[in-house]
Amino acid sequence: MATLLHAIVEPGFFSSAPVRLAAEMGALVAIVAAVVGVFTVVRGQAFSGEALGDIGATGGASAYLAGISSVWGFVGISVLAAAAMELIGVQRARGRDIATGVVLGAGFGLAALLIYLGTLQTSTSGSTVTILFGSPFTLSPSDLPLVLGFGALVLVTLAALYRPLLLASISPELAAARGLPVRLIGVAYLMALAVAVALSAVTIGAILSTALLVGPAATALALTNRPGRALALAAMIGVAATWLGLLLAYDSYYWPPRHHGWPPSFFIVALVLIGYLAVAARRGGGRRGAR
Amino acid sequence: MAGGERAEVFSGFMVNAWVVATMVAVVGGAIGFFIVMRSSAFVAHAIPNGSFAGAAGATLVGANPLLGLAVFSLAGALGISLLGRRARHDVATALTLVFMLGLGSLFLSFRVEDAEAVYSLLFGEVLGIGSNQVWPTLALSLASLLALALLWRPLLLDSVLPGSARGSSRVRLELAFLVIVALATTMTVPVVGTALIFSLMVGPAAAARAFTVRPHVALALSVALAVVIVWIAIAWSYNTNWPIGFFVGALSASAFLIGRAWSVASRRLGGARHRAPAGELSP
Repeated sequence: MATLLHAIVEPGFFSSAPVRLAAEMGALVAIVAAVVGVFTVVRGQAFSGEALGDIGATGGASAYLAGISSVWGFVGISVLAAAAMELIGVQRARGRDIATGVVLGAGFGLAALLIYLGTLQTSTSGSTVTILFGSPFTLSPSDLPLVLGFGALVLVTLAALYRPLLLASISPELAAARGLPVRLIGVAYLMALAVAVALSAVTIGAILSTALLVGPAATALALTNRPGRALALAAMIGVAATWLGLLLAYDSYYWPPRHHGWPPSFFIVALVLIGYLAVAARRGGGRRGAR
Repeated sequence: MAGGERAEVFSGFMVNAWVVATMVAVVGGAIGFFIVMRSSAFVAHAIPNGSFAGAAGATLVGANPLLGLAVFSLAGALGISLLGRRARHDVATALTLVFMLGLGSLFLSFRVEDAEAVYSLLFGEVLGIGSNQVWPTLALSLASLLALALLWRPLLLDSVLPGSARGSSRVRLELAFLVIVALATTMTVPVVGTALIFSLMVGPAAAARAFTVRPHVALALSVALAVVIVWIAIAWSYNTNWPIGFFVGALSASAFLIGRAWSVASRRLGGARHRAPAGELSP
């Protein structure tokens, strides 16, 4: 039994400091992303989330050039991009994805320039890979308070706006008829999304930030219709996928072909997708059976 | 690229860059017209971005990167189409994209020395195009233009009046469109990078739609804008040595903003004549 346990959980997993930091920070980011993600999926703004995370890379590169903490760079540029999207028409569902796309295109272009200028200074382009794919195992402990603060800010904003935001997301017409400031709520939500996505992009990479934003939330919404339950479920699924992914990545240190460790982002994304597919298939089968 | 004299911008290997980039712009502008009409900018982002994992995988096993790009972009189109039948379209696209990128991060982790290649796949190396890339690009661009021409009527009808095609024929049409995007991706990513083709698919077409409501004119304008943007970007990139992706992104966004300003201004000035919102095709 003990040998089996050792085969699953490599010795040292729980005592290694980088692993513990990755587990703490990963869980924190997963919870924030999953909670914001439920609203993202209901509002159909997955593209905005993906775009904001990618544009965050521009901030990462400029923070690198300016020599400040990359958390500030990511959050700052992502909030700016959200404001730009809002200004050029993200609020109308019809033009939303084009407005998002134009801001993303311009942001990508800027990222290309900044990374190029960065390589002139340091003659490496390794930062591209780090920014896109990130790794929870390379987090620095000094970022923890900043991430904690921004994460709390997002959760408090969402909690304060909970009921109006929910109504405005499910039925904007009904919310407007009740006299709620639908556009203002949309702006507040977009800012919360920008901060949440930037946080996860800087800590765990842009891929994982979209995966943890959309995957757990879509899975939870396929399981339940009740908003409160969906929020709790999404957070649990996000944390479970993150921890299991970290565990597998730690184990994979001894796997072929390089004995170098497989990237945690691969495991986490794969787990999120498997969970979603399992739930979707079960629901599809159930629906067919009921017919 | 020890760029110096301006005359060299039309000489030697630069000719390949001009030819290939012009073809990329024509195809990007044409597909972009439908991307904007169908509001599928997320797909235009997801397929090129995700497919670069295919290039990473192909170099890992020693295959031609073009093959990897083709396999991954087609798999991405299929994945989006399959998942999209049951879930919301943007959720399906996001999940397909992150899974492909996750595989990409796995492939890259086996070959850590490829950081430079990642950068060029993302942001393009248009100034380093070899003459052996001209013919495959030409063939693929003709194929995707031909496919667009064949599907012109049904695609246009389905984009203007969503729901006019029903059931399986709608699914087939959507899949056909995704496959065209995948084809275009395969040919353009190794040349100009994922970021650039996305800008070319969205910015010029969105600007063109603000200037005219007639589909043929909008398509022609979109292609023309894309070509002009690429030409200016190559020239500036050659002279400054800055990445071409930056110029294409900035110029596309500027074109879009000018289009927006135009449609707002013409709505104000036109008054009663333009009751219908400008830039939207009225059925």
